Amino acid sequence: MFDTFPLWPTRASTTAGSVDALFIFLVTLSALMSLVIFTMIMVFAVRYRRRKGVAAEQIEGSTALEVTWSVIPLFIFVVIFVWGAVIYFKERTPPRGATEVYVVAKQWMWKLQHEEGQREINELHVPLGRDVKMILTSQDVIHSFYVPAFRIKQDVLPGRYTTAWFRPTKAGTYHLFCAEYCGSQHSGMIGQVVVLEPAQYEVWLSGGGASGTMASNGQNIFQQLGCSTCHRSDTQGRGPDLVGLFGKPVQLEDGRVVTADENYIRESILTPGAKVVSGFKPIMPVFQGLVSEEQLNALVAYVKSLNPSPSGAAGGPTVVPSGAKPQEPKVQ
Amino acid sequence: MATAAITAERENYLNQEYGIKSWLLTVDHKRIALLYLLSITFFFFIGGFFALLIRLELLTPAGDLVQADTYNKLFSMHGQVMIFFFLIPSIPAVLGNFLVPLMIGAKDLAFPRINLLSWYLYIIAGVLMVHCMLTGGVDTGWTFYTPFSTAFSNTKVIEAGLAIFISGFSSILTGLNFVVTIHRMRAPGMTWDRLPLFIWAHYATSIIQLLGTPVVAVTLVLVVLERALHLGIFDPTRGGDPLLFQHLFWFYSHPAVYIMILPSMGVVTEIIPCFCRKRIFGYKFVALSSISIAVFGFLVWAHHMFVAGISLYAALIFSALSYLVAVPSAIKVFNWTATMYKGSITFSTPMLYAFGFVGLFTMGGLTGLFLAALGLDVHVTDTYFVVAHFHYIMVGGALMGYLGGMHFWWPKISGRMYPESLGRLAALIVFLGFNLTFFPQFILGYLGMPRRYWQYPPEFQVLNVLSTAGATVLAVGYLLPMVYFLWSMRYGKVAPDNPWGASGLEWMTTSPPPTFNFDQPPVVNWEAYDYEHIPAPQEARSGG
Repeated sequence: MFDTFPLWPTRASTTAGSVDALFIFLVTLSALMSLVIFTMIMVFAVRYRRRKGVAAEQIEGSTALEVTWSVIPLFIFVVIFVWGAVIYFKERTPPRGATEVYVVAKQWMWKLQHEEGQREINELHVPLGRDVKMILTSQDVIHSFYVPAFRIKQDVLPGRYTTAWFRPTKAGTYHLFCAEYCGSQHSGMIGQVVVLEPAQYEVWLSGGGASGTMASNGQNIFQQLGCSTCHRSDTQGRGPDLVGLFGKPVQLEDGRVVTADENYIRESILTPGAKVVSGFKPIMPVFQGLVSEEQLNALVAYVKSLNPSPSGAAGGPTVVPSGAKPQEPKVQ
Repeated sequence: MATAAITAERENYLNQEYGIKSWLLTVDHKRIALLYLLSITFFFFIGGFFALLIRLELLTPAGDLVQADTYNKLFSMHGQVMIFFFLIPSIPAVLGNFLVPLMIGAKDLAFPRINLLSWYLYIIAGVLMVHCMLTGGVDTGWTFYTPFSTAFSNTKVIEAGLAIFISGFSSILTGLNFVVTIHRMRAPGMTWDRLPLFIWAHYATSIIQLLGTPVVAVTLVLVVLERALHLGIFDPTRGGDPLLFQHLFWFYSHPAVYIMILPSMGVVTEIIPCFCRKRIFGYKFVALSSISIAVFGFLVWAHHMFVAGISLYAALIFSALSYLVAVPSAIKVFNWTATMYKGSITFSTPMLYAFGFVGLFTMGGLTGLFLAALGLDVHVTDTYFVVAHFHYIMVGGALMGYLGGMHFWWPKISGRMYPESLGRLAALIVFLGFNLTFFPQFILGYLGMPRRYWQYPPEFQVLNVLSTAGATVLAVGYLLPMVYFLWSMRYGKVAPDNPWGASGLEWMTTSPPPTFNFDQPPVVNWEAYDYEHIPAPQEARSGG
């Protein structure tokens, strides 16, 4: 599975190639710069070693030289900065239509759930050549999701979502590490990412014991918690309509406009008073401490599935079913 | 030898008074420097001992030498001890304390009693830290990241936090003393552009100590308060923000890197001109680069947080600013190199350390360019690449500078010469051992080995074995100077006043200097690094 003494990490994602290219450029540049400096030091050390009767020549300095060796590095630095920024921008921008995996980190375990509903622990199966977006959160301390073969790393924070994405380019099994120190078994919080050929992946996906997609699970929770009472698709609801909400700008009561991303939905479930939608009263109960991270993920997946766009979650319902039986609103 | 005996009897700061009280109640900056020297050496060996245990554990992939929790405490306390109790005080509190008044022609620092107070604060902090270590220790890393430190760790976080909090005041007081001393106590004729660059470096360092340290102190107090009283400052389950901690922590802890490296740059800037017999190339640019490092250093902290969950645009700004701070560092390296041009170079021990510093600092600085590059940092941050990078700066840089400085000024401090050939040998061992220890870690990091791992996948073993082998070599290189420095205090040749033929007022008084530094208050009417007019090195006499 792994080499015994590798000198270069496996390159298994689209990102890996571009990161390696910048790395090789920087290694070459550093080697050249060191070579120039070290050679000069060596040559001066030999050429100007102390000799009887030869005194040092006193030189004040040279503004022209100072400017030269400030401006040339600065110019090189700008190139490196832009190069690094371009890669980073791609790393931080998940492509549309990516398969979504929800990750809950805890001391000292990775719990992953595919939007199709499959759950995994410390192991992630993904299809070759497809974009995979991860929506990560932590149940306790800060962790970091790190797959060296993909050259991606993203800290996983309690109380919010962070995201990362990759597109595997090579089938195989790769290390998954926790890269942010998280306590006793930090170095045991490791796992594997298994990249499968798409056909194999479909087999794997259908083999799991998933009971419904995340969105459909979310829908059940949505009704159990009584959310559907107020968040209705007609205009009669006491809460805003959630159909088509995800990804759209939302006008808030205090005048701000925010984008309805995963973190917004999360926050609006846990502490609804933080961002009240314009035209609505802050009457929604607080769910902080009442839903688990997994339930929350399912709810988020459900709300996202309410978008009519074709890139929505696979297999999820697209509208609030009208037949859902309203329940008593839960107050405090 | 008759002359030696006479010289030894000459009254100086070491023999003017005897007895434990004359040391513990001294207000002489030189004696306080020695108190600091003893204390930080003690902590250096504690921190080094932890490092050796860490390296031994990593000899094999399995976690087999110590328990996981023990390992976590070892790297945490290695970091805390080495940073807060060794590197930050190292050059400023020992060499700076000893030399700042001497170099500017003053009798003492501006506030001698505050200087003693700062040492006592350091000792209180140190005792607390040792107590913390002996009664269980702390496992938060030196970084105290929340909410792990405030809500999850069940080790002695509060005690370690308070120890570092108190040591911070020691650091602030030293910085304050230097700033006032450099402004107010310069000898007649010692204008700002005649100051040794060691002084400029310490001035820049002091500014960071004054402005940065209060922030980390407050941050640690907040950690202690959240842990003890369950306030919701950083813990998201109580409405806090864990990233707020990281911003506050790195606002100090990035500039703290410059607290460690700037004084070392100052040392090297004294050594190179001396052993090249030349004025420093580009005096003004070297001086200004120290100040600009101190200023820009405050604007780059979030480059430690590129994968932490900060916004894309914040990351872009902090990456760009990080490249700006690299420019003054590059300027220094080029000026040191240019100083050698047409010099008259000798290769005494301090100069070997200066060469080592330039080489290792260059590599540390260049790998900093890798880490500041956003897209690449995502892969290498929190891996051994970072560990290697900051050890190249803080051990390869700061510590090499400290050792170079200790050799350079040892004759002045002790009045004795260390054995030169052993000195060169130790410098060589340190350089080789250092590279063997830390160069493999760059490769480990790029391969993806995360830092702070007690056990690791077997394919990383070969490089880890190399690193551990290097660490044992390095340990020999550090023990050797301690042995021969001690030896030289009794058996070393008696040092002349100016054994290197160096510029600077500290060489114009006796070795060791009298309590009030100069018999006559000096008046400066020459430029800094006036090597054209400085007589050749004096011969050391053999002592008894």
